Amino acid sequence: MGFFWTIVTLVVALGIAWRYLGSYMAAVFDGRVRWLGWVERPIYRALGTSPEREQSWKRYAAALLVFSAVSILFTYLMLRLQGSLPLDPQHLGAVPPALAWNTAVSFVTNTNWQNYGGETTLSYLSQMTLVVQQFVSPAVGIAVAIALVRGLTRRDASTVGNFWVDVTRCMLYILLPVAFLAGIVYVGQGGVQTLAGPAHVHDALNGVTQTIARGPIAFMEAIKQLGTNGGGFLNANSATPFENPTALTNWLSIFLLLCIPFSLTYTFGKMAGSRRQGAALLTAMALIFGAWVGFTSYAEHQANPAVAAAGLPHQPTGNMEGKEVRFGDTSSALFGVASTQTSTGSADAAYDSFTPMGGFGLITGMMLGEVSPGGTGSGLYTILLFAIVAVFIGGLMIGRTPEYLGKKIQAHEVKLAGLGILIMPIAVLALTAVAVSVHAGRAGPLNAGPHGFSEILYAFTSQANNNGSAFAGLSGDTAFYNVLGGIAMLLGRFAVIVPVLALAGALGAKNVVPAGLGTFRTDNAMFVGLVIGAIMLVGALTFFPAISLGPIVEQLSHGRFF
Amino acid sequence: MPRDAAPAHGVAEARGLFDGEILRHAASASVGKLVDLRGQAKNPVMFVVLIGTVVTLVEAVAHPGTFTWSITIWLALTVLFANFAEAVAEGRGKAQADTLRNMRTTTEARRLRPDGTEERVPASELAKGDTVVCETGDVIPSDGEIVEGVASVDESAITGESAPVIRESGGDRSAVTGGTRVLSDRIVVTITAEPGHTFIDRMVGLVEGANRQKTPNEIALTILLAVLTIVFLPVVVSLQPFGQFSGATVSVVVLVALLVCLIPTTIGALLSAIGIAGMDRLVQRNVLAMSGRAVEAAGDVQTLLLDKTGTITLGNRMASRFIGVGGHPEQAVAEAAQLASLADETPEGRSIVVLAKERFDIRERALGEHSFVAFSATTRMSGIDLGARHVRKGAAESVKAWVLEQGGSVPKELDAVVGDVARSGATPLVVADGAVVLGVIELKDVVKQGIREKFAEMRQMGIRTVMITGDNPLTAAAIAQEAGVDDFLAEATPERKMELIRTEQAGGKLVAMTGDGTNDAPALAQADVGVAMNTGTTAAKEAGNMVDLDSNPTKLIDVVEIGKQLLITRGSLTTFSIANDVAKYFAIIPALFVATYPQLGALNIMRLHSPQSAVLSAVIFNALVIVALIPLALRGVRFRAASSAAILRRNVFIYGLGGIITPFVFIKLIDLILVALHAY
Repeated sequence: MGFFWTIVTLVVALGIAWRYLGSYMAAVFDGRVRWLGWVERPIYRALGTSPEREQSWKRYAAALLVFSAVSILFTYLMLRLQGSLPLDPQHLGAVPPALAWNTAVSFVTNTNWQNYGGETTLSYLSQMTLVVQQFVSPAVGIAVAIALVRGLTRRDASTVGNFWVDVTRCMLYILLPVAFLAGIVYVGQGGVQTLAGPAHVHDALNGVTQTIARGPIAFMEAIKQLGTNGGGFLNANSATPFENPTALTNWLSIFLLLCIPFSLTYTFGKMAGSRRQGAALLTAMALIFGAWVGFTSYAEHQANPAVAAAGLPHQPTGNMEGKEVRFGDTSSALFGVASTQTSTGSADAAYDSFTPMGGFGLITGMMLGEVSPGGTGSGLYTILLFAIVAVFIGGLMIGRTPEYLGKKIQAHEVKLAGLGILIMPIAVLALTAVAVSVHAGRAGPLNAGPHGFSEILYAFTSQANNNGSAFAGLSGDTAFYNVLGGIAMLLGRFAVIVPVLALAGALGAKNVVPAGLGTFRTDNAMFVGLVIGAIMLVGALTFFPAISLGPIVEQLSHGRFF
Repeated sequence: MPRDAAPAHGVAEARGLFDGEILRHAASASVGKLVDLRGQAKNPVMFVVLIGTVVTLVEAVAHPGTFTWSITIWLALTVLFANFAEAVAEGRGKAQADTLRNMRTTTEARRLRPDGTEERVPASELAKGDTVVCETGDVIPSDGEIVEGVASVDESAITGESAPVIRESGGDRSAVTGGTRVLSDRIVVTITAEPGHTFIDRMVGLVEGANRQKTPNEIALTILLAVLTIVFLPVVVSLQPFGQFSGATVSVVVLVALLVCLIPTTIGALLSAIGIAGMDRLVQRNVLAMSGRAVEAAGDVQTLLLDKTGTITLGNRMASRFIGVGGHPEQAVAEAAQLASLADETPEGRSIVVLAKERFDIRERALGEHSFVAFSATTRMSGIDLGARHVRKGAAESVKAWVLEQGGSVPKELDAVVGDVARSGATPLVVADGAVVLGVIELKDVVKQGIREKFAEMRQMGIRTVMITGDNPLTAAAIAQEAGVDDFLAEATPERKMELIRTEQAGGKLVAMTGDGTNDAPALAQADVGVAMNTGTTAAKEAGNMVDLDSNPTKLIDVVEIGKQLLITRGSLTTFSIANDVAKYFAIIPALFVATYPQLGALNIMRLHSPQSAVLSAVIFNALVIVALIPLALRGVRFRAASSAAILRRNVFIYGLGGIITPFVFIKLIDLILVALHAY
């Protein structure tokens, strides 16, 4: 399938998903989908809750934080104790404390930054423990987004929903069924799914025995992409045939990455009672995404300068260094953009080997704050923060107290939205500054100068954005980077979620100003432009200096970004 | 009397935007403000600039150099320019306050003792509840209610309106204001204000902006600006370790310069000036807002409740028809009516003369020996005495009583005719010649010229207009249709008015209204924007959050526009300020690291002469743009009634796109000048 048809089929499939998955998700969170009621009800009874018992934003946030803390602790203990637990055919010992901490935080925060090689570090049970978080963490993100949408659409409400019910419904009705169906496709295409342990192949010719890692890979792959997690079973992630066997699974992976984040804008529009409101956010997301795909694919389709210098100036296949021949240049670029802009971080090629401009496309996609379309749930709630800031400035410009969906945006809302947007750049810049200042940090990158700087910057950008996209060249498995990375991931996740939920509470308590001719329209091209402008401006203004010291200098020096 | 004419004096004494005296005061005040650290800290953006200036000053003293000193001076100027902008805005208010203060003379009051005797005390000693007497020529010592008597009062001191007004006990015209002067008659007034809290005292405080509170949107914007300031702190501070890692030596002075250029200093410097100027614009139109909050709310109003009389129709009704009774022909009525109105200079009176001329070609003529009888509040009639002939026109009951008094009789059909005219929404005046009732003059409402277009504009801005009238629904519908209002409330009572406001507010709408009577007070208090007429009662003035000194209800529309303009000015300058950052990055970032990485010179797309000239040009632009925008901040961004989409498009284009392009041009220009001056 050529690149053109890949794009066309993806657009069609995502369009269908947007319309139907979007409205289905709205129905799920409105409690109108009940086909698994017999599973749902016992869960609520066990948790001592019910859909009728809604929570204030504070209780919602408290439940979320407690649940996440317990998840981190549980995952940490499972990793630390894996040597004494079953399903460890390779007899891998306990995961070291700092790495276990980093990994536990990484999967609970939907980051899936991996400072380890899956097949050489984790037992099957540990991998499955992480898969649990791959289901739970997107559900938490979606729940937060839905709570914010409820705040925007309810009037004079004191509650934003019930955290336990939202997470349960998201898992039962959305993530589990879709991941199950997708998993079957991965297995059908040849993805490995076994508990039989690694295969040992004796190579008689060379007289060595190779150990080929196997495991319950294919089904993990489905939720890895669907939940915008990105953490694969194997170190080489989606570049290996065990995880991503065919062009079809490659296409499916890209589709799964994008389907929930994009479709949530329909859910938003549906819950807001205006499909156009959702379509406006979708357009903003899609325009940014499209621009980055075009830019990055174009860059990857260019000749590799090193290969050209070696006497092969004509390279019709584009830059194939570090690419899987099964996927090729542009398709790998598409995968890369989809993965970095959905906070997934999975990879079917070596990002290290991308052309300068291609690599630039990947890191800047994350620096925009993961909004195009962003992670499951987190994409929607983050773009809503930008929308609120855009509404505020735009609303002032028409001479009215700004309002979004009839909700007045006042001091409290501006404060919370500003806080939510500020956290990520501050975390990235501050932690990178710490890392480049201390010896433990300076020891991390394999290269000196701007390249080394890029490696560190990329690591914290990826972690603070809960992306997890890996960048070769940084020895991340040190106590220093494990601990600091964990902090980046926690900040990028929970220091944003809490203001978002507070915003949901504050907005929900407000009355709705009826729309009229004098109302600032949030469903037209102008608004789309303002939202994109806000995203670009915040991204550019906060990261321009850092970017110029890393990738830009490199590019200007010897034509290489990374 | 012409309501729209520019008042000769009073609070709204117009001063040029850049009155020399105000500017001189402002210049010295801007230095004075520098010392008031707590005041400076209230503006987080400019406080950061101030701290930055101190940092560069220390650096300049430690390692003196032209560049370091230039940056320090321009940063200091940035703070001064911000203070200057605020001082100019405040200065305009202060000038108005001084005018008011001068007029608040130290009056002597004639206080009544409980036994009825008078004593003379200074006005400042009057307490609430005291009773004072004022006679012709006296200045009313403090705010109060007339409890006895009728007087004509010169209120020009407050309103700038030279024509005297009638004040009488009871009813809605009983309030008097301290500082105004009694022109005729004698009144007894009960003081309603504590010393120091009179209307004029409050006005002085308001125009001075002494206890100006930040408005909700201003607070929200300040927070956004603080957020934008905070985010740039790590951006700039982290450049130090980033630079070190890259082997570059990063100068603290340049980092401070970069920080100051990035944080939104333009809007930060002008924010309070915009707010003060907004209040000032209201005062210029003789409207006093009790709080900035009310001005802002005016911009948000979605429903305007407008009293029919005086707002939608000319406050004065016009003669439209003569009706004979008791067999008298129309022409006889017209002739008598014309005679009775010759000396009547009210618009009603003039309209009768005009109608008589139009209908029956009755012109002014030599009258022989005559004397005019002026309208008075007690007789409620006016007319003329021509020898033994007494012609009168006036309210039906008064004229009837006068006729009966002279032994005349009242035709049977008079009551029916008067009733018909009243029911149609018009006002009947009865005309009598001696003891004979001739007929009735019909005074009808005339819809103001241009009001229809005004309402169409309102509709375009998304504001619904509702006409409030005591008329019956039929008449109301006819006038509503003619005026082009969206809706009307007929046979309005204070309760129904209140109910309407509550319903609108429950639907999430903000409501504005005008009122003057005591029975309007609850509704004025309930409305989000309540404009009380200065001629109204004390209760009404206290309930509303604005007072219109001209008592011109149409001004509500101006108030809405000023409210909107205030927000638009803030929003547009914020956009401009943030958009400016793009160019400043392209000036400073290459300059910062070009020594370490010469390749970064490629980012110097403005081709600025040297790193130092680039940084200095950005800082100079950043400071000068504040001064350049002071007029805009004070005058407000041009506001035209249009749909929100059109306004937004225009402002995004001018201030967003313009904000990106402008600094590129001017930074380059400043750089060229610096080079031409051989500064670098």
